[in-house]
Amino acid sequence: MTQIFAYIPHQNGVAEDIAMEYPAAAQKIDASASLTAIVTGSGADLDAVVNEMTSIYSEVIKIDNADLAYPNAEVVRKALVNIIPGDAVFLTAHNTLGMDMAPGLSVKMDSAYAADIVDIEGIEGSTLKMIRQELGGAVSTHVESDISNGAVLTIRPGSFAPVEGGSAGGSITDKSSDAGDLSVKRKFLEIVEAEVGDVDITKSDVLVSIGRGIEDEENIEIAQELAEAMGAVVSCSRPIVDAKWLEKSRQVGTSGQTVKPKVYMAMGISGSFQHLGGVKGNPFIVAVNKNPKAPIFQVADVGIVEDILDFMPELTESIQDL
Amino acid sequence: MEILVCVKRVPDTAENEFELNSAGNDLDRDDLVYSVNEWDNYAVEEAIQIVDKVGGNVTVVTVGDDESEEVLRREMAMGANDGVLLCDDAFEGSDGKGIAALLKAEVEKGNYDLIFTGAQADEGAGQVGGMLAAMLDLPYASLVNKIDASDGGTITVGREIEGGNQEMNEIELPCVISIQTGINEPRYVGIRGIRKVAKVEIPVKGASDLGIDGGSVGDAGAKTKRVDYFVPDLGDGAEMLEGSTEEIIEQLIEKLKAKGGL
Ligand SMILES: Cc1cc2nc3c(=O)[nH]c(=O)nc-3n(C[C@H](O)[C@H](O)[C@H](O)COP(=O)(O)OP(=O)(O)OC[C@H]3O[C@@H](n4cnc5c(N)ncnc54)[C@H](O)[C@@H]3O)c2cc1C
Ligand SMILES: Nc1ncnc2c1ncn2[C@@H]1O[C@H](COP(=O)(O)O)[C@@H](O)[C@H]1O
Repeated sequence: MTQIFAYIPHQNGVAEDIAMEYPAAAQKIDASASLTAIVTGSGADLDAVVNEMTSIYSEVIKIDNADLAYPNAEVVRKALVNIIPGDAVFLTAHNTLGMDMAPGLSVKMDSAYAADIVDIEGIEGSTLKMIRQELGGAVSTHVESDISNGAVLTIRPGSFAPVEGGSAGGSITDKSSDAGDLSVKRKFLEIVEAEVGDVDITKSDVLVSIGRGIEDEENIEIAQELAEAMGAVVSCSRPIVDAKWLEKSRQVGTSGQTVKPKVYMAMGISGSFQHLGGVKGNPFIVAVNKNPKAPIFQVADVGIVEDILDFMPELTESIQDL
Repeated sequence: MEILVCVKRVPDTAENEFELNSAGNDLDRDDLVYSVNEWDNYAVEEAIQIVDKVGGNVTVVTVGDDESEEVLRREMAMGANDGVLLCDDAFEGSDGKGIAALLKAEVEKGNYDLIFTGAQADEGAGQVGGMLAAMLDLPYASLVNKIDASDGGTITVGREIEGGNQEMNEIELPCVISIQTGINEPRYVGIRGIRKVAKVEIPVKGASDLGIDGGSVGDAGAKTKRVDYFVPDLGDGAEMLEGSTEEIIEQLIEKLKAKGGL
């Protein structure tokens, strides 16, 4: 029987949403598999998450250690190697902790590794069939992993339907004493909070959001004029911030701001999951992109195939004439 | 500081419209525009800046085919001192662990204080750096967007985590670091720069040079394999507005009015 272990990321005593999504992923791997949640941490925060998990998982493993109070991936990995059975399937989120911890874990466990899984087709023999994406979401791929010696999978947050409600009445096993030696060569120092900018894009109902399609710093003016005409604010994708054309506080996405506008105008943005991860609340999405195959058209409500550098000024003018 | 930067030649997502081939099992690669992986370019720039400050050498390495030499040359034009191409038919079809095992063999031939990878490449995996570190038994930090390498035995790194917050860590050398975009502003490489390094000899190493059993890497050694590419049918997708630009704008304005956008 397949044994599946799901690693629960948490903050301030609350599990992240992915905790509710692993059960659907596990079900798709093997409906008859056993599923165990693993929570690492320390003290009251850890206990709160462990208790929360007993309503969703029938078995919950708790690893309590002061060295795990902050999830330093190097420490977490060391603990997990000693606790997960070698032939198990291990699930973790494809987030900044999962990306830090999981690839090395698969090496230490000598198991197969598959990253950023968006869907699962199931097991045939010892082959696990999964779906992932490449090239920023432009294409999907079927991948197969030989899991005869176990597997480590990172699951894309938001890809599997969350469990609703929950009264699993799970049992808790304390494996803190099995974690072993947790000394590592990387020391967590502190969290430096993101800088607050002069514009709060999270407060605006309408966002004119620009991506790499804006092509040049000078063209940002064109977006600003459109935003002004619409009574909107300019936000952007990551490459615009990387190029230092706009400040970080304007970046939408998993490593930027989470916005919940009524209308989101994606101008020259391809639609990577890290970008869309910051667009919440089901806004009306308008995408303008010169590539008819851009992945953003799969999630937008309205799509327009045009060059934004020509389209935006014309739209601005028409709105000004209203 | 001896720094090794792992770089990959990838299809450029900004320059290409991806189509499947007629059999439907691969991309139509005939007209694809390739370039160096965006993240790797930041990694090379960071390495050059560190060496400019504290002295040392930057070597760039890639696992690829003949054509991958061009990305090594491009990064050498930026300022990397040496390049190494790991190339052998036996390497084809390697999964992340295969690539990491090959890079490990090359790392062990040198004496590196720092090994950089990009945070992720074209396949969106973000796996090779962490695997390489674990295989070498070295500490690892991913998604690094700040490095202070002024100290001797350790460096201080900032990892970019959710919400753009930064997780500061102290990490012992030698170590493996994956670099996130935005850490610096990669310098521009002109034709003249490329010309300057056009004749520099770039060693090519195969399985026997690396002391690697060809069967342990490549397709034969891969536990995870891509079976095919496809374009998913995601239901309706967007309502595409068509007609002249004027007509499109007219339709769009009506919709924006209805949805509270105007
Ligand atoms: C850990 C991690 C976190 C990340 N966090 C974020 C994040 O928070 N936010 C974020 O945005 N990204 C984030 N990224 C980066 C993300 O993976 C993508 O690289 C990024 O979102 C791409 O931005 P883009 O769509 O603007 O650029 P591209 O993907 O290059 O797309 C540009 C688009 O513009 C179109 N275009 C080009 N010229 C024109 C024109 N003249 N007119 C119309 N269309 C045009 C092209 O067809 C293309 O579709 C993160 C990545 C990682 C690894
Ligand atoms: N074929 C390769 N040759 C050299 N380095 C690679 C190769 N593939 C991946 N890498 C490195 O690993 C990083 C992450 O890639 P990936 O794990 O494939 O997403 C890249 O940014 C490179 O630094």
